[in-house]
Amino acid sequence: MKKIEAIIKPFKLEEVKDAVTAVGVKGITASEIQGFGRQSGHTEIYRGAEYTVDFVPKVKLEIVVEDSMVDSVVEAIAGSAKTGKIGDGKIFVSDVGDVIRIRTGERGADAI
Amino acid sequence: MAQLNTGDTAFLLISAALVMFMTPGLALFYGGMARRKNVLGTLMQSFFMLGLVTVLWVLFGYSLAFGPDKWHLIGDLSMVGLRGVGQLPNKDYAATVPQLAFMAYQGMFAIITPALITGAFAERMKFKAFVLFTIAWVTLVYAPMAHWVWGVGGWIRELGALDFAGGTVVHISSAAAALAAAIAVGKRAGWPKENFSPHNLPMTALGAGILWFGWFGFNAGSALSSGGLAASAFVATHISAAAGMIGWGIADAIKHGKPTTLGAVSGCVAGLVAVTPAAGFVGPMAAIVIGLAAGFACFWAVSVKFKLGYDDSLDVVGVHGVGGALGALATGIFASKAINPAGADGLLAGNASLLGIQALSVVATIAFSFIATFAILKVVDLAVGLRVSEDTEQVGLDLSEHDEAAYEL
Repeated sequence: MKKIEAIIKPFKLEEVKDAVTAVGVKGITASEIQGFGRQSGHTEIYRGAEYTVDFVPKVKLEIVVEDSMVDSVVEAIAGSAKTGKIGDGKIFVSDVGDVIRIRTGERGADAI
Repeated sequence: MAQLNTGDTAFLLISAALVMFMTPGLALFYGGMARRKNVLGTLMQSFFMLGLVTVLWVLFGYSLAFGPDKWHLIGDLSMVGLRGVGQLPNKDYAATVPQLAFMAYQGMFAIITPALITGAFAERMKFKAFVLFTIAWVTLVYAPMAHWVWGVGGWIRELGALDFAGGTVVHISSAAAALAAAIAVGKRAGWPKENFSPHNLPMTALGAGILWFGWFGFNAGSALSSGGLAASAFVATHISAAAGMIGWGIADAIKHGKPTTLGAVSGCVAGLVAVTPAAGFVGPMAAIVIGLAAGFACFWAVSVKFKLGYDDSLDVVGVHGVGGALGALATGIFASKAINPAGADGLLAGNASLLGIQALSVVATIAFSFIATFAILKVVDLAVGLRVSEDTEQVGLDLSEHDEAAYEL
């Protein structure tokens, strides 16, 4: 099992959700986050005082899938989240040791 | 005994209610500009004035300001506890309305004036110190100044200075006090390097709208009668607010390329401040000039604190000080007996001496308010300490001074 974490542009959330559910993803955790990478922040001006805001708002998705689905899900995210402009985000894939469904106590792939 | 006039009485009571509404408006205006951990602390320093200053005003403030003159400096104590202030007019002030209405109207001015100062020491003052400071300031600075300018026998009034609705008493005096407070209390931790951006500009915009609305009572009500002069002051007030917003907007667009919301709402307040002393003495075209000039001048003035290094957090000096001084001088230029026969002619009507008198009243106000405020703050500092601790300042005033949080999400 793998965890796919994707940092995307907030306005792409719906498109990415549709794309990954189309390839069989059953659940997503999404959070509003902020961070910075190569995309620079912006300047805000209040009564002439300029503040540089480095952190850019993004959405982080966490999706856990069986190994066999990783490539198709990553492709679905990369395809739907892409605008071609700086700041499209990143996808991280990592191993997951175990999954437990709290309601039933199922473990492993059955619990995804 | 002068005759009561029902129209005048109705108008002054409504004006008093309008001016009352300015203080919660100011609370929102300032609260939105604070950081989110200080919004309640900032709101309280304005809103609480409605409680504190009202009681001071009834107990002795009104008597000190409008009681029979002593030495051209202060009223006596004959009206302590509103003794003798009743349903009949006071022949010296607002001779056609019950003195109770005049007292209430003036009380609303006494409430908002110290509230204006609080913008200078926002986000770092102990509530206890703030309360002690306010009691002392209303007693030792506001009441005497109101007497000087408006009281029969007051020395600035006898000079012939014109201040229709409180440019010197309210705006210049609060701004001079604000400068003293910014220096005495000191900078906020991290200022100016860290990010001090406003946490809720829609709140600030709503507050500015309420201020504009209330200002009709402040300025038109200062005619103390319902009629042509009130209408003239009402219109001049509205025009100057409009022009102030345009002036600041243009300055913003020239300097930064874009007009800002905070600039637009600050500009209307600058226009309102500047027209306050002039409202009942100038015509509509002068009001446009005053408003535009205030928009530009205050836009420039709010940047000065960064060069001089005093943390006037919400720009009381830049908006109320510079706008107020500009308005007082503009009154000396544009005032016309054609608008108000009870006023005086200014420079443009051939009377250069008025401008000098106006300048003198500005300088006297700044000097007295600055020195007295600084002294009061030093005494309060010795008594209870002005500032919250550095740890507390990091946590914010909402939790440290009030055990509350504004937003639970």
